[in-house]
Amino acid sequence: MSAHGPAHAAQGERPPFLAHHFEDMGVQLETTKLGVWLFLASEVLFFGGLFTAYGVYRANHPELFHYAHFFLDWRLGAANTLVLIGSSLSAAWSVRAAQLGRRRGLEVALLVTIALACVFLVVKYLEYSHKLHAGVGWGASCRPSAEILATLPDAARALPVPAQLGTFFAIYYLMTGLHGIHVLVGIALFGWLVARARQGHFGAGYYGPVDAVALYWHLVDMIWIFLFPLFYLM
Amino acid sequence: MSTAVAAAAAAPAPAVAESYLSHGRGPRSWLLSLDHKRIGVMYLLAIGASLLLGGVFALVLRLNLWRPEGGLVSNDAFNKLFTLHGAVMIFLFVIPGIPAALGNFVLPLQLGAKDLAFPRVNLISFWLYVVGAILFLATLVVGGIDTGWTIYPPYSLESARGLGILFALTALFVVGFSSILTGLNFIATIHRMRPPGMGWFDLPLFLWALYATGLIQVISTPVLGITAAMGFLERIFHLGLFMPEYGGDPVLFQHFFWFYSHPAVYIMILPAMGVVSEVVSVFSRKPIFGYRFIAMSSIAIAVIGFLVWGHHMFVSGQSAAASIVFSGLTFFVAIPSAIKVFNWLATMYRGAIVLATPMVYVLTFFAIFAVGGLTGLFLGALATDVPLHDTYFVVAHFHFVMVGAVMTAFLAGLHYWWPKITGRMYDERLGLWSSALVFVGFHVTFVPQFLAGVAGMPRRYATYAPALVGHNRVSTVGAFVLAAGLCLALFGLLRSLRSGRPAPPNPWGAASLEWAAPSPPPWDNFERTPHAPPGPYDYSGLRHVSDEAGWVRGEVSR
Repeated sequence: MSAHGPAHAAQGERPPFLAHHFEDMGVQLETTKLGVWLFLASEVLFFGGLFTAYGVYRANHPELFHYAHFFLDWRLGAANTLVLIGSSLSAAWSVRAAQLGRRRGLEVALLVTIALACVFLVVKYLEYSHKLHAGVGWGASCRPSAEILATLPDAARALPVPAQLGTFFAIYYLMTGLHGIHVLVGIALFGWLVARARQGHFGAGYYGPVDAVALYWHLVDMIWIFLFPLFYLM
Repeated sequence: MSTAVAAAAAAPAPAVAESYLSHGRGPRSWLLSLDHKRIGVMYLLAIGASLLLGGVFALVLRLNLWRPEGGLVSNDAFNKLFTLHGAVMIFLFVIPGIPAALGNFVLPLQLGAKDLAFPRVNLISFWLYVVGAILFLATLVVGGIDTGWTIYPPYSLESARGLGILFALTALFVVGFSSILTGLNFIATIHRMRPPGMGWFDLPLFLWALYATGLIQVISTPVLGITAAMGFLERIFHLGLFMPEYGGDPVLFQHFFWFYSHPAVYIMILPAMGVVSEVVSVFSRKPIFGYRFIAMSSIAIAVIGFLVWGHHMFVSGQSAAASIVFSGLTFFVAIPSAIKVFNWLATMYRGAIVLATPMVYVLTFFAIFAVGGLTGLFLGALATDVPLHDTYFVVAHFHFVMVGAVMTAFLAGLHYWWPKITGRMYDERLGLWSSALVFVGFHVTFVPQFLAGVAGMPRRYATYAPALVGHNRVSTVGAFVLAAGLCLALFGLLRSLRSGRPAPPNPWGAASLEWAAPSPPPWDNFERTPHAPPGPYDYSGLRHVSDEAGWVRGEVSR
């Protein structure tokens, strides 16, 4: 870092956020975006391992997956889906506001995104705590209480609790948990953007970080759009 | 590190500009440097230390195999040693070796760029590597792991194995992200930072190789990361993912593991092939033959390499239909490798071959890679794999490719770019002696292992049938000859820091852009972005002036 400063002090005409090794802001922006897309590709493969595990265990135990989905409340899942889609809209709006140099609009859009992400996590927290309270943990610790079993539909209540229920919930907690960690990281990143937006860093000439974080956020949204039907509806 | 650097920095600086070695002083200016050259040098030192450590483990293993009944170390210690030998060599030396150390240094220079696209990401990648390396070594503190580097469950995740596996899985996760970040950085840089006039087919082939490597790193490594995370949680919480006793599927772990670890073989070999493409052309004084075929075969290897992982699982209970498909695809991936070899040989045909140290290492690479590649076909064929599986034949095969081919290419690249990195010429006589010792030592070590494998010696055993004592003793002697060769190479390189002749910008008469910068390059490489050369392998405009001044472009009055 220290090595970066002095060499360019002389070149006054360079834009303040242009790194020393780029020719101009256009190349820097395109490079940033390509880097983010590559990172998102690796994220897809990172989740891909879990999606594969889901597919393999579902193929091996279709009845288990059908039984287990009754434990999940599709209304909460659907509400969270809408919340995340809304947050993607406000994230896209923040990019537009940055490009147009509208500082106030940018700040509002970023804060709305953060607020919606927090709503998502609160709903997720309610779901998790309800389940863990009723003994629906993961792996060997999955021993559903009589109360929660009584809330299942008749068709499911007639069946014995499958021995592998813990494996289903292991995959559920792993996938939604990893997704939740990504939401937390997203909140931190949007918070960083708010701080920078307040200092007036962004405008038509420089909005790469807003664009990059928004791209990341759309992927987080996309992953949830796959998780919701796979767990809650199928 | 700082002593070697100080020695190099004490060299009379080239008149042009202050070199990257002396730009900024003190440990902070290195440890937190964003300069791709300094990060490359730090990677080189860290990777060298890993090679040394993995090599010492190997020598202890070979000494233990001197007698059929073993006894130098306990059988338990033997298991832990071969596990750590494999893990350190693969994850800390062979995978990051050429791309992270040499690639980091050379890639921006070959593009005429000032740095990689994301210098901070590059520094993070280095420190993740260091953290991962420390975690691997931390397994020793908690009792070591004896699972083999493949850490197959159920054995590896049983409670009786202790906590070492948790450190190893965390290390895999961390080192994996280091690798992803390097690959991502390389791809973005090659896409966006080519100089004016340099199209895709004007790239030096080393960059095509790093590009293909980057694709594999970005796409396959995250699967290793998530598998390590799943294994970690399975070990603690018994989730029923991989452990049959909790209802999990251990073969699924093998699929995940090899979905990464087979493409990882190409993360190892593709950069090596890139180095060979550079060196063979420069030291044959002839443009590379079949440029587009070599470039495209790198991409073909990267793509097909994703589809062959099942050939590690022919005896794991995988369906026969899957095995047949994987076997067929495995033969298919041999084709682009063969295309490269034939093009390299055609490059040498009627060339003015200069037998300098890098070229001798590359010739060693050809000999070893041909054998390593062809013995791979025996293992890709179902009928021969079944009896050869888990024998020393497999050990010898992958050591031919990973040690023989990758390490000789690494040494070729290290000697080739050494003048650029340090500003000093190494001692050619020592270099040639070391390459001769490496050639002899390598073959004496590993050829007997093929024979022992065919005779039925299983891998990973601390003891063996007395009839195989001859094979094993020859192999052990060879290992020490190989070690001597490597020590001599290290000695020759380190000595050049003190007494080597100052290197001219272009000592080899190479045409790619890194040789247009001074040796060692200044902090920001080029004063202004240079124009692309007429071609990365077009030597027509280069003239040799003198040993002191090296080669220069254009007409020169002597």
